[in-house]
Amino acid sequence: MALMAAGVVMAAGGAFLIFGRDVHAMTPAEEGLHPTQFPWEHTKWHKTYDHASLRRGFQVYREVCASCHSLSRIPYRTLVGNMMTVDEAKALAEENEYDTDPNDEGEIEKRPGKLSDYIPSPYKNDEAARAANNGALPPDLSLMVKARHGGVNYIFSLLTGYPEEPPAGATVPDGLNFNPYFPGTGIAMARVLFDGLVEYEDGTPATTSQMAKDVVEFLNWSAEPEADERKKMGWKVIAVTSVLLGLSIWVKKYKWAPIKSRKIVYNPPVVGTPVSKLKQMENQKAK
Amino acid sequence: MASPIYNLFFRKNTAMLTTVFVTMFGFQMAFDTGSTVLWDKINQGRQWKDIKSRYMEKEDEE
Repeated sequence: MALMAAGVVMAAGGAFLIFGRDVHAMTPAEEGLHPTQFPWEHTKWHKTYDHASLRRGFQVYREVCASCHSLSRIPYRTLVGNMMTVDEAKALAEENEYDTDPNDEGEIEKRPGKLSDYIPSPYKNDEAARAANNGALPPDLSLMVKARHGGVNYIFSLLTGYPEEPPAGATVPDGLNFNPYFPGTGIAMARVLFDGLVEYEDGTPATTSQMAKDVVEFLNWSAEPEADERKKMGWKVIAVTSVLLGLSIWVKKYKWAPIKSRKIVYNPPVVGTPVSKLKQMENQKAK
Repeated sequence: MASPIYNLFFRKNTAMLTTVFVTMFGFQMAFDTGSTVLWDKINQGRQWKDIKSRYMEKEDEE
């Protein structure tokens, strides 16, 4: 009896080894919590960005994110006609100083920014950024929505997903913060968005989730500024090509109709009476 | 084959080419305008041109 029980246990163990749990290269904690799918309006394929939201999101970036994160691929001129007027963008550009071309003596001077200048980075270089942030490099946000799995959902979840306290049993290394959505759960960035942190000029209540939504939509724009135009062009292409598809189906049917509806009839050739039969007939006549 | 439409638009090569180019021009204008109107209607209040008046007016006042 004991032998049999041991055998059953061993068989079960063997079956578990063969058919048991999947083996992953990473633990769930290292993978990070997968973000929730949020009902974004601007990701629908017939909707543009909400440009009022982009304007608010850029304000959040300027007042909150920009103290650590660069946005190095966005020049001021792209803001014009998307979330700012020309004069506003010019005034914003002039707040910063940029290097001039070398003058006659080879000296590089400073000049106020122009629309063609790119948004300045908070740190001189990556090393300075690391030194100021406890060794962690705040990544550039220009293409962040494209650069992370989950895109807008991930960034929104990350920004709003900091718990009050790390859950029991979670180990949080020194200088890091707990965020379940961040792969590894230990993130150098602390929670930055709190209710009422910025004051929106259009009177929208600046809740944590509102600011996160606006800044994520803005980051989506910075990663895909062409999306509005691309979606519109896509619809036009679909409209034209569907007419062309209908036409080509009609032409195909028109050309094939006589071929498909024709009837092929086989008329066997008229064969003359065989010689042997002729001879028989002659014999019968002779009789 | 001698319908008035055929005689007027397609019989001569020059007339045919003119028909093609004029139709193309007209259709493209109509299609672009129509699709823009539809697009703006679907995305009412979302695009910059819908909201820029708020910020332009403010500047004029100042």
